[in-house]
Amino acid sequence: MDGRLANRWRLTVNEKKFIETALASNLRIDGRNPLEYRKIIIKFGREDGSSEVQLGQTHVMGFVTGQLVQPYQDRQNEGMLLIFTEFSPMAGPSFDPGHPGESAVELGRIVDRGLRDSRAVDTESLCVLSGKLVWAIRIDLHIVDNGGNLIDAANIAALAALLTFRRPECTLGGDDGQEVIVHPPEEREPLPLIVHHLPVAITFAFLGSEGKLVVDPTHSEEAVMAGRLIATVNANGDICAIQKAGGEGVPQSAIMHCLQLASMCAISITKKINSAVEAYSTERALRKIKRHPTVAGNVSVAGSDVKEQNKTVEQVGGSELSRHHIERLKVVSEETCSSRSNDNDGDIKSSEQGGTSRGESKAMNFLGGPSNWYGASTFQYFF
Amino acid sequence: MEFVNPEGLRLDGRRPLEMRQLRAQIGAVAKADGSAVFEMGNTKVIAAVYGPREVQNRSQQINDQALVRCEYSMANFSTGDRRRKPKGDRRSTEISLVIRQTMEACILTHLMPRSQIDIYVQVLQADGGTRSACINAATLALADAGIPMRDLVTSCSAGFLNSTPLLDLNYVEDSAGGPDVTVGILPKLDKVTLLQMDAKLPIDTFENVMQLAVEGCKAIANYIREVLLENTKQLEYRRGL
Repeated sequence: MDGRLANRWRLTVNEKKFIETALASNLRIDGRNPLEYRKIIIKFGREDGSSEVQLGQTHVMGFVTGQLVQPYQDRQNEGMLLIFTEFSPMAGPSFDPGHPGESAVELGRIVDRGLRDSRAVDTESLCVLSGKLVWAIRIDLHIVDNGGNLIDAANIAALAALLTFRRPECTLGGDDGQEVIVHPPEEREPLPLIVHHLPVAITFAFLGSEGKLVVDPTHSEEAVMAGRLIATVNANGDICAIQKAGGEGVPQSAIMHCLQLASMCAISITKKINSAVEAYSTERALRKIKRHPTVAGNVSVAGSDVKEQNKTVEQVGGSELSRHHIERLKVVSEETCSSRSNDNDGDIKSSEQGGTSRGESKAMNFLGGPSNWYGASTFQYFF
Repeated sequence: MEFVNPEGLRLDGRRPLEMRQLRAQIGAVAKADGSAVFEMGNTKVIAAVYGPREVQNRSQQINDQALVRCEYSMANFSTGDRRRKPKGDRRSTEISLVIRQTMEACILTHLMPRSQIDIYVQVLQADGGTRSACINAATLALADAGIPMRDLVTSCSAGFLNSTPLLDLNYVEDSAGGPDVTVGILPKLDKVTLLQMDAKLPIDTFENVMQLAVEGCKAIANYIREVLLENTKQLEYRRGL
């Protein structure tokens, strides 16, 4: 109930007037049309199930990890999907450290509702042993920079991370057939999650007294807006969730108009996510092949694209490094030490170490997440 | 599970487009500036409003409008399993936020700068549609407290089960996993201020369900207006006018 004002960042009256009058002639402060979406950049970490989404200045990271846990009593044969949000105080002046604020809770709830209630992720396939052991999939969303419209960015990050997440395969064995064997990724190829459809959140803001509609509001537009509507829509035209938590009232026709716009946006965003994930999985498949030096040669020949060839060179370097596994570990630990002590120092060091170590340091960025949760590749089995 | 039987009756004997029985009572908390109890069938909610009063925490004071705060809680005995729930869990934080923003939109906050209005809502019995009931109770309590408002806000939910749109879902229907659309409207302005939905629904079906919920809101608005009118008459009578 308290601490709300700390969560609110106020614009000056002049800035507010400026945004509103500019919008009256269909101009937005960043030069977009009212119904234009910002550019989305989706990147992936080296680890499976990590993504990084940039929506204009907004920057969100998503991590997906899995753990074997006991299921809920009322849902004995369903896996769990948990969503955690973290608003770093670094991301904006309005976030205070510690207890998650209302906006963090709201963001988590919207992403959660979109994914869970529309049954986007097949939770029944996450059951290992009914009533005893299921997979709990944990999505961590880290807000790195707040440039407005965190919800859409966080939702895309969650989807992208879910699509690239792999969990180790589990089989039942032992004398009574009740013992769970978790196969490490080297032994059996880890399995992707079954994602039926992609619920994409689209945020609309209503500005000014006459409720001028704007899609994908920036940070300053969010400070001015009178109302907001978030529609979570998939590419098939189904509505998965809607949130319009109070604010300026709008006629029903405006809501239907928003939903139509949202389903069009959702189609293009779904395409973007899918193509990014596809690019990642081909890269991942190529990386797999690099483990055997003879095959690696073949692929680098087969790679027709210049960009792809570059990648393979880097990959080959990686495999060389993996042969000197201990050495690599040393490099990594050195890097972490140096980056902890001094950021600039760490940068210089990594650039000195050339391309391969640059890849390493990039991977280091993604090794976040709580320590007792495991990504697919660093999986350990425990009870 | 069958939610509408072949005779066209729901689990609690209602027709698909029928609302639960409404009951409202103004002035349930003696010490509060305004209070109300609102019942929708077995869902029972109590709301109390304090204010406009001086801002307790000076750093939160807003110089051009009133500060509206809202706290939603569920009594431990409100649900079937009596479990002690941690205060301030995600769900109630979100509902508090939703109620606050909905009420903020209809209160004429610019008339009461540098003051604060507190809305406390508590669920006494939960049988689906607590969010709607809370908003209706809060509207009544605000009206009882004499706080200037643009319009009443009323809320109602609707769902879609067994390919039939259903008005005002109860707990069993709500937890069936089907879509649940909660709408809050400003009846006189005919504008939608609150809209929440979950689960999956095609866009044209959604329009029908939303329309149904809006009709429900309008019916509730009529009822609330009657209650307020009755209350005012009582007050008039007591003053001997």
